[in-house]
Amino acid sequence: MAAILAAISTLDFLIASLRMTTPLLLAAIGDIYAERTGVLNIGLESMMLIGAFGSFILAYYSGNAYTGLLAAIILGLIMGLLHAFFTVTLRCDQVITAVGENILALGITSTLYRTIFGVVTKQPESPGLPQLSIPFLGKAPILGPLLFDHTLLTYIALLMVPITYVILYRTTWGLKIRAVGEHPRAADTVGINVYLIRYVCIVISGILASLGGASLTVGGLRYFLDNMTAGRGFIAFAAVIFGRYNPIGAFIATLLFGITDAFQLRMQAMGIPIPHHIFLMLPYVVTLAALIFLAGPSFVPRAQGIPYVRDER
Amino acid sequence: MTTKSSTWLKALAREGSGAIITPVLGIIFGFAIAALFIWQQGKDPVQAYQELFLGAFGDLDSFTFTLLRFIPLAFTGLAVTLAYRGGVFNIGAEGQLYVAALASTWVGVSMPGLPAFIHLPLALLAGMAAGALFAFIPGYLKATRDFNEILITILMNYVGIYLVGLAVNNFLMEAGQTAPQSALVARSAWLPVIIPGTFLHAGLILVFIFALLIYYILWHTTWGYEIRSVGTNREAARYGGIKVNLVMILTMTASGALASFAGSSEILGVQHRLLENFLVGYGYDAIAVALLGGLHPFGTLLAALFFGALRNGANSMQISVGVPVSIVYIIQALAVMSIIGATAARKVYLQAWFKGVRANGSHPGRN
Repeated sequence: MAAILAAISTLDFLIASLRMTTPLLLAAIGDIYAERTGVLNIGLESMMLIGAFGSFILAYYSGNAYTGLLAAIILGLIMGLLHAFFTVTLRCDQVITAVGENILALGITSTLYRTIFGVVTKQPESPGLPQLSIPFLGKAPILGPLLFDHTLLTYIALLMVPITYVILYRTTWGLKIRAVGEHPRAADTVGINVYLIRYVCIVISGILASLGGASLTVGGLRYFLDNMTAGRGFIAFAAVIFGRYNPIGAFIATLLFGITDAFQLRMQAMGIPIPHHIFLMLPYVVTLAALIFLAGPSFVPRAQGIPYVRDER
Repeated sequence: MTTKSSTWLKALAREGSGAIITPVLGIIFGFAIAALFIWQQGKDPVQAYQELFLGAFGDLDSFTFTLLRFIPLAFTGLAVTLAYRGGVFNIGAEGQLYVAALASTWVGVSMPGLPAFIHLPLALLAGMAAGALFAFIPGYLKATRDFNEILITILMNYVGIYLVGLAVNNFLMEAGQTAPQSALVARSAWLPVIIPGTFLHAGLILVFIFALLIYYILWHTTWGYEIRSVGTNREAARYGGIKVNLVMILTMTASGALASFAGSSEILGVQHRLLENFLVGYGYDAIAVALLGGLHPFGTLLAALFFGALRNGANSMQISVGVPVSIVYIIQALAVMSIIGATAARKVYLQAWFKGVRANGSHPGRN
């Protein structure tokens, strides 16, 4: 017990937690935009997987991790457009569309990986994103390494929290987003382009989720594994609901998951005589328990899941 | 024969010919795009697909293996179909079949010496109870506290999968073994083989029984009427005096019980012992199967056969032509997406054209 306490009270543990939070936070923040306009995005998983794969491949061939990020942004944009086209323009069922996308991403990434690298004994490695230590602040005790010595993606993730908060609650654009999610018909009547807002927000969601995936490959392991997102897209989606569609709430929720994830990794590494499957299960159980016991009555944008049909005259 | 074909005809008339044509076009589209992937790899798509087909249907052996893949897919597909008809999404078939397999294995391993006519049903029932419980939780939370059942079932999938891992590494681990696997299930709990000389087990018969049962329940009983009413329009159903919450909980629980047979029959009929990751992705494929089958029990059987053939044939394709198995995911996903896309496009554009019924999307009436 003392050993466990010692292991989780270190600075390293907090830094690791923040690192595990990054992919989830990026995906969750992006998802807030989509959900707030009333469109479910359970395809986050596919967007993350595509981003992880695309950034890895481009970084591998160009030898530059930032090229990988560019690839993730473009692929995320394409995935976002795909989801928007299906759910907004064609008004397909938002869940089934996402299920299709998730299978598609799994198929494409696994197939292409094998096509490109064949059967390999050693995982091909791509360059990784460098740690960017912020001058002065990075040298500060404790807070320096904890907050100001990360990869670009962690900074983006952390910055997106206040930025999204301000956009959602302090700008006209945020007002439009929320109006579209609550009452699209009323929004339409006052001249807001419901379709445009939804498209833009889903594309933002796609790009951020894709960057979240990139933080697993170029921002983390530097290699790619089949289905390496392992349900993180769903966890991010859970974090949005748990965080009540609010960026600060989502940050707390993803941090909770990141801490649990870092904890289970640490426990596995320490060889504690508790079956490691319990630790593997922990993040999902914690998320479930948090949802059921802490989240309380759910707040849901009123138009969520309902495609908008404009009256044709 | 006559009764069967007449039900088919009725089903066809009810769902319209689009229920047949759209999936077929979707599948062709999936194959066509996947062919580009194969061609780009420098392999011959025609040869690859030939191997896929022969690997799935080439001889009795291949065909029985296709049927062995068909059985779990049919069970999970039926489970998703039933839930969807009742307006709840069961994305948790994966977790449900895993805990069911765990419960069945436990009964199969820990109670040797029971006569088969008690042991086998007991093992199946244990699986059913576990699967039902795993579906009851999200169903209950959905009905009483309006929790998103999609999210809860997805998270529970991981819990179920890791529970199996936990079991085969600990209390169910075979004595004297270091490999993570359970002991062999006692013979008295095995599902009997129905064609001597093959591995085809009685689960196949169960599939058809349950498909007929679901068809009968959905369209010939009051309960089925209530399920469909809740699925079509929850508010109207409530107004009509149907206990919506109860129906939703029961539908979800029944769906989990159905999904349980995918896991139980795989353990008791095929593998006879529990392993980690013994049946990957069948719960997620189930959604595609149900959709491809037009959310009708009989269509689901056809779709499950198609997916089973894909899964089985893909192995031969990989061995003889060198095309990765994962290509079938691309075929599946493209088929699903083109089906929903085509259906929706027809609704959005054609109906707008005729100014008939206003399109409402294919939304199952959530929230």
